[in-house]
Amino acid sequence: MKSLREEFLRTNKLPHIWCPGCGNGIVTAALVRAIGKVGFEQKDVAVVSGIGCSSRAAGYLNFNTLHTTHGRALAFATGLKLAQPGLKVFVVMGDGDATAIGGNHFIHAARRNIDLNAIIINNHIYGMTGGQHSPLTPEGKKATTAPEGTLEREFNILELAVSAGATYGARGTAAQPRLLEKLIVGASQNEGFSVVEAMSTCPVSYGRRNRLGSAVDMLKDIKQRSVSVEKLETKAETTRPRRDIAEEGAEEEGETHDKQEEVIPVGVIFSRPAPEFVERYYRGLNKEKEGKEGKEEKEGQVES
Amino acid sequence: MPKKNSRSSPPKKRIAELKLNEERCKDCGICVAFCPAKVLGQKETGEVYIKDEEKCTLCGNCEIYCPDFAITVKEAGGNDEI
Ligand SMILES: Cc1ncc(C[n+]2csc(CCOP(=O)(O)OP(=O)(O)O)c2C)c(N)n1
Ligand code: SF4
Ligand code: SF4
Ligand code: SF4
Ligand SMILES: [Mg+2]
Repeated sequence: MKSLREEFLRTNKLPHIWCPGCGNGIVTAALVRAIGKVGFEQKDVAVVSGIGCSSRAAGYLNFNTLHTTHGRALAFATGLKLAQPGLKVFVVMGDGDATAIGGNHFIHAARRNIDLNAIIINNHIYGMTGGQHSPLTPEGKKATTAPEGTLEREFNILELAVSAGATYGARGTAAQPRLLEKLIVGASQNEGFSVVEAMSTCPVSYGRRNRLGSAVDMLKDIKQRSVSVEKLETKAETTRPRRDIAEEGAEEEGETHDKQEEVIPVGVIFSRPAPEFVERYYRGLNKEKEGKEGKEEKEGQVES
Repeated sequence: MPKKNSRSSPPKKRIAELKLNEERCKDCGICVAFCPAKVLGQKETGEVYIKDEEKCTLCGNCEIYCPDFAITVKEAGGNDEI
């Protein structure tokens, strides 16, 4: 086998529960290959997930895994990383998981710059519960809770991450799994809070309702719209929602969201190292300890 | 591991070894669509199958795009890393 190592999968749990053609499997495979490529040992890797279709990934991966509660994966992961700093922690979340119910955990994990690798599988919808809109459902797209198309504008998850303090942010898609793998490798090498937005496909709860065709059609469409950030001219283009680029020249009602007009910037969107939280936490603790011991030993002596 | 240049000499040598795990495959057709060499096919019933292994260029697309960990490809005769 090429680089997806079967021993990293809980093969007795396969076939998995995901619908035929669901992008979750493509993203999960990219994660597995990335872990193999970096060369982490199984015992040193932890995968933490929340609740949702995407979060099922943890159950199929043969590492230390924690399948937690909806929106709380980062909270569990924060505790885990602080208790076991040696672990390489990957946090797999859905778009709803990470940015709706878990939005607060997300911004504060970013603010702390704790060394976690957040992989947000963004299928633009609450897949598991049948298709309610999420904060990452593009404006105008349909959901059970937005039958005429949602009026709300979606987050740009990487802009949110960078302004909250994350130190690595990248966008890949299920339609370019090799690039996605590379971006996950990049995330795991950043010491700090890393975010990989893995744009994915939910042909069932999202695609059908928005008439996006088959799983194959959806992937081809994403692939065709993806443009490497290096090819985009201005920095603004790489971080602004693709709609801003799209809207020029697409004024007609209904055309604004024409899928062909929307560009998906892919690649490393930002990388700006900063002191990491767990490191600093233990350094502080050690200092305190040393300080105390020093005091006990050298009672009466004045510290220089 | 066979040397690269040994590929060119015998004309009908099996260079790729494809494995389709039928228990895992959900016939989504993604591997068929992303195979540049039309090695994979889909029957009218929807069933995905290996149609023409000889044409395989070992590009690896089927394996990396499969959402179900259901198809693998390697160089015949051993080399895992393609
Ligand atoms: C506290 C709590 N609230 C609500 C739910 C119901 N629920 C389960 S999954 C889900 C949303 C899933 O959407 P997303 O996070 O995008 O994951 P996906 O299924 O799309 O991968 C919701 C609302 C829950 N399980 N727990
Ligand atoms: S409902 Fe959507 S996200 Fe969930 S398994 Fe099916 S295709 Fe995937
Ligand atoms: S991509 Fe995988 S699951 Fe889909 S048809 Fe091909 S082998 Fe089967
Ligand atoms: S390795 Fe490439 S050429 Fe060979 S079957 Fe897979 S997709 Fe087709
Ligand atoms: Mg989702």
